[in-house]
Amino acid sequence: MPKLSYLKALNRALSDELERDSAVFVLGEDIRAAASNVTAGLHARFGDDRVLDTPLSEQAFTNFATGAALMGMRPVIEFQIPSLLFLVFEQIANQAHKFSLMTGGQCKVPVTYVVPGSGSRTGWAGQHSDHPYSLFAHVGVKTVVPATPADAYGLLVTAIRDDDPVVFFAPAPALGVREDVDFAALAPVPLGVGRVARAGDDVTVVALGHLLHDALAVADELAGRISVEVFDPRTVYPLDVAGLVASVQKTGRLVVIDDSNRTSGFAAEVLAVVAENCTLTAPPHRVTRPNGAVLPFALALDRAVQPGRDQLLAALLEMS
Amino acid sequence: MTDLYRTVRLIRRFEERAIEFVRSGEIVGGIHPYVGQEGIAAGVCAALGPDDVITSTHRGHGHVLARGANPARMLAELMGRESGLNKGRGGSMHAADFSLGILGANAIVGAAGSIATGAAWAARQQGRDTVAATFFGDGAMNEGMLLEAFNLAALWQVPVVFVCENNGYATTMPVASAIAGSITDRARAFGIPAFTVDGQDPEKVLEATSTAVARARAGKGPTFLECVTYRFDAHHTFEHRTRLSYRSTEEITTGRSRCPVEIQGARLTAADRAAVDAEVESLLEAAAGIALGSAHPDPAAALSYLYAGEI
Ligand SMILES: Cc1ncc(C[n+]2csc(CCOP(=O)(O)OP(=O)(O)O)c2C)c(N)n1
Ligand SMILES: [Mg+2]
Repeated sequence: MPKLSYLKALNRALSDELERDSAVFVLGEDIRAAASNVTAGLHARFGDDRVLDTPLSEQAFTNFATGAALMGMRPVIEFQIPSLLFLVFEQIANQAHKFSLMTGGQCKVPVTYVVPGSGSRTGWAGQHSDHPYSLFAHVGVKTVVPATPADAYGLLVTAIRDDDPVVFFAPAPALGVREDVDFAALAPVPLGVGRVARAGDDVTVVALGHLLHDALAVADELAGRISVEVFDPRTVYPLDVAGLVASVQKTGRLVVIDDSNRTSGFAAEVLAVVAENCTLTAPPHRVTRPNGAVLPFALALDRAVQPGRDQLLAALLEMS
Repeated sequence: MTDLYRTVRLIRRFEERAIEFVRSGEIVGGIHPYVGQEGIAAGVCAALGPDDVITSTHRGHGHVLARGANPARMLAELMGRESGLNKGRGGSMHAADFSLGILGANAIVGAAGSIATGAAWAARQQGRDTVAATFFGDGAMNEGMLLEAFNLAALWQVPVVFVCENNGYATTMPVASAIAGSITDRARAFGIPAFTVDGQDPEKVLEATSTAVARARAGKGPTFLECVTYRFDAHHTFEHRTRLSYRSTEEITTGRSRCPVEIQGARLTAADRAAVDAEVESLLEAAAGIALGSAHPDPAAALSYLYAGEI
């Protein structure tokens, strides 16, 4: 079977949707030249208006996309760095997200916000290394953090076709992930549906984005000692509560590994949902960034602040 | 001529009634009265065609009414009723009627300009002949996002008319203390033709907007209109209770002396004017009856319409 990389999956999803639906267009900074590679080849194929290179005016072009969406278009915005989402939080959380309710359902805002290279990019320091998916979940904007190329393809296609705003995080450490795929089998992946990435009996590890791969590696390492089930929610909001609960009810134990800051982060929500719905046989555990973390530059410091395999392994060993 | 008068008169009387409903508690949260600025909404909207779109502001009742929204449904919206334009989910600062191209009033100062720019750009992509008119105040001229929108609109020759309602104040902040340089020069810096218009005269506004709309339809891009006006009433009705002192009595008297309703009314015969006034009164009387008689939304449906479908 041919290999598909995560980055190529994004490119393929965009080109398939641009091809399929003339309402779709992509906008963002340096997307014509495809500086991030996500839009490689698309400008040549689809032209200026459907691959719209923008000046550095994030707030205006984010609202611009909302305006276009109100007229029936399906804009996809590529953001160059994750912290730009802070700059346009108003435009997404307070504008795009609120139009449907505030107008009594008169309109739809089908905009997709893609951040290729979210989280730590290794060596890019404090202002380029955030992973703010919990923020969008908190305000109720549909938010996905796919882990694999097939899911990246399927969730991007779904996000574009969805009639609401969707924020799509493509974690930097996942962009190079490759997997064998049957191209003909690439298909939309529904929002709000998680996936058991590895079945097990003793403990559920919830992991998403690049951390899924770490969780799977740790589960492998523990094979024969601890039977680890790995659950990938794929969508942060709306969360697949049924899938999560089914897994934890089976195992009775929970560890969440999450690249958010700890307080009010995604892992906290997972723990709360599980506490409300399941009886655990051991206290749950979170492996996260520390409270209020800012990623320091030096490599050892950057790594010290990010959740990783060692902490997950330690948590699982301690629990068993 | 009569149409412009009907519009300014309708807005004026609508606002006066709305203020009464704020006082009586039928409208919760208060309103930003448009009193004194009616000539701008009337003139701009009279220059638009059926496929055009507008965006509005926190002080938006006039724009929405001038664009043809049903006054009963508008009033019902202010009262938070199910029959309101937004089914009571938007209120004074968010009135929208997509069937009339009213893409919504926006409570964030300076936000709607970029939305309108995107909407007009999209309509052009779709092969439509749509022009967007976007209203904002002098205060919005200091919002970076709006200046970014000027750039995008000029760069891509988007068919949008930027309508700045310069009423002299952003809440209590006078223009002179807030804006370095001139308002129109800011637009000109982006290569956008910019004109200062007497916002108290609906016919002048109509004329200037018609030129701007024709330019936009001809593919020549955005125009900027600074409509000079005066806010006769409070920034917001909360000011009726807490008198803020930032304008002198003399200034208010001078400001009110040029009234768009009087200016346009003087162009009609007394009989015609009286006929329009009577028509407006009975329309608003009926609207008030309908709005007051409308059902309140069911609290169980408080989060209806949050998403396009079930999630
Ligand atoms: C971005 C933003 N900042 C502040 C406010 C609070 N606010 C509401 S209206 C207003 C004044 C706006 O002045 P202007 O744009 O001149 O419009 P006017 O009220 O005079 O019609 C302010 C500060 C807001 N709604 N949005
Ligand atoms: Mg003002």
